[in-house]
Amino acid sequence: MAKGAKSQKRSQQFWTNFILVVICIVWMVPILGILITSFRPSQDVFNSGWWTVFPHREDVEVDRITIDDSVDVDGPITIEGETATFEEWREGITLEDGRKIQWYGNKRNRELVVYDKQWVGFSTDLTLKNYSDVIGGKTISYKDAQGNTITRVGNNLGGAFLNSLAVAIPGTIIPILIAAFAAYGFAWLNFPGRNILFTIIVGLLVVPLQIALVPVLQDYVRLSLNGTFLGIWLAHAGFGLPLATYLLFNYISTLPRELLESAFIDGASNFTIFIKLILPLSVPALASFAIFQFLWLWNDYLVALVFLGEKNKTVTIAVAELVGEKGQDWHLMTSAAFVSMVLPLIVFLALQRYFVRGLMAGSVKG
Amino acid sequence: MIDTRDTKTEQGGILGWFSSTLGQILISLFVPIMTFLVLWQGYLFLQRAQAPQIVQVLVAIIWGVGGVALLYVVANWLVLKLPKAWSKRLQPFVFVGPAVAIMGWFLAIPVFRSLVASFQDRLGQEWVGFDNFVFAFTDPRMLETFRNNLLWVVFGTFFSVAFGLLIAVLADRSRAEVIYKSIIFTPMAISFVGAGVIWKFIYTYKGIGVNIQEIGLLNAIVTGLGGTPQPWLNMPPWNNFFLIVIMVWLQTGYAMVILSSAIKGVPAELLEAARIDGASEVRAFFNITIPYIKGTIITVVTTIVIFSLKTFDIVRVMTGGNNGTNVIANEFYLQSFTYTHKGRASAIAIVLLILVSPVIIHNLRQFNKDRKGF
Repeated sequence: MAKGAKSQKRSQQFWTNFILVVICIVWMVPILGILITSFRPSQDVFNSGWWTVFPHREDVEVDRITIDDSVDVDGPITIEGETATFEEWREGITLEDGRKIQWYGNKRNRELVVYDKQWVGFSTDLTLKNYSDVIGGKTISYKDAQGNTITRVGNNLGGAFLNSLAVAIPGTIIPILIAAFAAYGFAWLNFPGRNILFTIIVGLLVVPLQIALVPVLQDYVRLSLNGTFLGIWLAHAGFGLPLATYLLFNYISTLPRELLESAFIDGASNFTIFIKLILPLSVPALASFAIFQFLWLWNDYLVALVFLGEKNKTVTIAVAELVGEKGQDWHLMTSAAFVSMVLPLIVFLALQRYFVRGLMAGSVKG
Repeated sequence: MIDTRDTKTEQGGILGWFSSTLGQILISLFVPIMTFLVLWQGYLFLQRAQAPQIVQVLVAIIWGVGGVALLYVVANWLVLKLPKAWSKRLQPFVFVGPAVAIMGWFLAIPVFRSLVASFQDRLGQEWVGFDNFVFAFTDPRMLETFRNNLLWVVFGTFFSVAFGLLIAVLADRSRAEVIYKSIIFTPMAISFVGAGVIWKFIYTYKGIGVNIQEIGLLNAIVTGLGGTPQPWLNMPPWNNFFLIVIMVWLQTGYAMVILSSAIKGVPAELLEAARIDGASEVRAFFNITIPYIKGTIITVVTTIVIFSLKTFDIVRVMTGGNNGTNVIANEFYLQSFTYTHKGRASAIAIVLLILVSPVIIHNLRQFNKDRKGF
């Protein structure tokens, strides 16, 4: 009996892990695909799937057959014991021994290629050229599917990366600072309108930011803030502040009252208490929201598109442009996508614990 | 110090008082003006944009963060210079004021401005009554976006939560829990634009012809199984589902993390008791775990529903809303920035607001119920 239960438990363990491994593979394969593609030479990317870098069986050209001028190519043609029309040969015919024969080029070419299935090992033909092209290249050139060289203007993703930093770092710190001040004010200071103001903030938590884009853009044009870093910091501050204030309020209002009172008795002002006492104590809450906001800003597309646009474009805009203009340059798109993903992935994996805490506290936010 | 001087000579006292007040006033003016000038110079430097980009970016970061900190310090310093009663009255507003002002400018007031604009024509010059709302609720374009958003809300939410729950439950029983969860969670760090590239590559289609090797994973699988490759993103209405898959891929991690912590909160004795009573694992799950974590499930569902209602980036990057994949937020974008029809754009924004309003009301009710700090 006990033995049966044990083996049942083991088989349960096995199936649990099996299902999880399958799901995890499905989840990771998309990322693996672009990671591998981003390191492949352009011509390879155009001609074969990324999975061909792994060992696999593939039709490899082993021979060529030329047809004698005496054969009428408009009628049935017999090769290696098989008789078929030109159209059928063009489609390719598989022989009984597994070899495949296919007409090469047009009718007058009179040439056929013989393929055989063979094992192909790991492809070691990997390159960093895509990355250097996409990050720094002013003009870049690469080979297309047929091996022709294509030259075009680069996308300067390096510059976009710097812009994203200039958007995301102050865009994270500024609202946190403002929200921390406000949270302290709402939690520990008395002033008329405190209740109603905070209730409004709670109401603003899920207001879709679309509501603000048109009116605020109007103001920005009038104030010539459009396309400036200041403009986008303010906008992100505006959209992030309800959640930031709410989260930090929840944290700061639970700090022990005695702590603040003893500081007051020592003669400290509100400002000093806030800087010297509240901020250091709130670091966990600040960190949670900081990661949240940083990822949101770095990955934001809509707000950057509306308020920055062409000027000072961020990585998301640069990548989206690349997708829009050259929908088939996968070697560039994949490396660009990877460049845009590197920083958030590092931040995320390193500080996952804080991020999760922020998520828990911030559920049901717009 | 001032007190001792005051008692010495009346004359000098008044003069001293006068000059010191004047000095105070001058300093009170001088400091903010200097602050303003410094910040203004920084702004001009960034506007001119002549230095190398890396320098610009560094200056921007220091200017932005430092500027905000400086403004608080100066404002607080000024308020403390005022007579005691006034400084006490005004200080809360130094703390709360900037946040309230910014939220007012960027969220609260725009609600009313958009509401007004939604009753005006494309340039906001004439009143057009409910015309824009008639467009928003009856135009075939809009009806298509409603249908698609409904698909996003129903299927996107269902699969995100279902997968999230499944993985959370299974991982809970595995020793490698952390690894599995990290893998599923990782897409959360990826932008929708990046995810768009990733999935566009999976769906890519080369066409039918001789010697064409599909480089998109999905078509390679289909041809490998003997099927014909398809242009997945041009196949209405199924292309919507191919886009929704991306959202599920991104959001399952979120659902999983939140649900996982809720599952860990289910008392072990409850489950143990059910097992002793002979309940199967599946029954125990549906009769005990699910009811126990119902609240969390509702939270997660609400969050993902709101998210699906506002979905934009994925559609924008993948299809631009063409081929029957348009969604509300993309139509909003088109109306405001491509067709520059302010009235319609505002009406659509109001529609989005109406759609999330039940959640706003719920949040407010909840807040009123358990406000402790007030």
